[in-house]
Amino acid sequence: MTAESNTLTVDKVPASDPPSDSSGQHLLHHHFDDMAQQRECNTLMMWAFLVTEIMMFGGLFCAYAVYRWSYPHAFAIGSHHIKWFMGSLNTGVLLVSSLTMAMAVHSAALRNKKRLVTYLALTLVLGWAFIGIKGIEWTQDYHEGLMPGIAWNYYDTTVHPHHTEEVQKLADAGVSPNAVKMFMVFYFFMTGLHGIHMIIGLTLVTILLVMASRGKFTNGNDQPVEISGLYWHLIDIIWIFLFPLLYLVSGIKLGGPLW
Amino acid sequence: MQTAHESDLEVIESHHIIPVGVYMKVFGALMVLLVVTVLAAMEDFSVRLHWGPANIVIAMAIAIVKAALVILFFMHVRYSSRLTQFFAAIAFLFLGVMFFFTFGDYMSRNWIPQVSAFNITGR
Repeated sequence: MTAESNTLTVDKVPASDPPSDSSGQHLLHHHFDDMAQQRECNTLMMWAFLVTEIMMFGGLFCAYAVYRWSYPHAFAIGSHHIKWFMGSLNTGVLLVSSLTMAMAVHSAALRNKKRLVTYLALTLVLGWAFIGIKGIEWTQDYHEGLMPGIAWNYYDTTVHPHHTEEVQKLADAGVSPNAVKMFMVFYFFMTGLHGIHMIIGLTLVTILLVMASRGKFTNGNDQPVEISGLYWHLIDIIWIFLFPLLYLVSGIKLGGPLW
Repeated sequence: MQTAHESDLEVIESHHIIPVGVYMKVFGALMVLLVVTVLAAMEDFSVRLHWGPANIVIAMAIAIVKAALVILFFMHVRYSSRLTQFFAAIAFLFLGVMFFFTFGDYMSRNWIPQVSAFNITGR
């Protein structure tokens, strides 16, 4: 095969003066033709990674669906053990953080350093608020004996004598406490894996914040903010599905404690 | 030869910048849908609509709309290249394949008449 017949050969000459930042560092890496191609490649590869993330969480969602289909009553009872209000609050916190992240990406593209730093800091605060609320929930679950493998004694009347009525109700409905335990296993694995992603995301935002305050992203090199933003939004999307699946299985019972 | 200023403009023009108003509208829609999700969970639609999975179907439909808004606008997929859009879509396609075959297995397990070893040997 001759070189002429190879249609994939690109005989484009790289720009003689590639874009550079204020320090003179070239923003265009040598293996790309131009900035548009570089941006496209970075975005596409981040999406390739996000696809693997969606599939990883997808496995958990699929396993959850099979168990919920098999033990609908146990999952409904298990869902009432976790606080719908805390879940709703956290969903709101995460949605606001997605907006601040989108605004940070926007500010970086417009090269507004002050606004970029402000929005990144807001995202960081909201992200930690989410982790904080989750921490309060998990601590409560621990003390109530709802943590399988670590503290599982909710239906043990020798530890919780005032749960006798609930144990009787469970027996009358023909639901095994182990099936409720399975719901809690899913709850901790899914929110736990999501929490790990939150902490990775918060680490990224912290690094971005430090670099942004040094003007690293307001010189035309705004794409690191955009790519990290994609990760942050994906975590938000995972939670959008986790929230109704874990907290709202059999509807909200009003009158109970909100937190 | 390009000046530094010209190359700066080139960088900005190489990608689409979405107006702030779009972000605010999308955020408003997301918050409204969150309230709708919570309110919908307070009503037992399985009784009202005489359909067992009514509540979960409503909750998932709202979640899909919310996720679509985040993907299309916050993640810029609506303004991205067709290849990026294809990558984003393929994740959900394969998710669908996984759910389809998993539930194809679990839900069809009782469909086959149970034939015991005794029937086969005629005893």
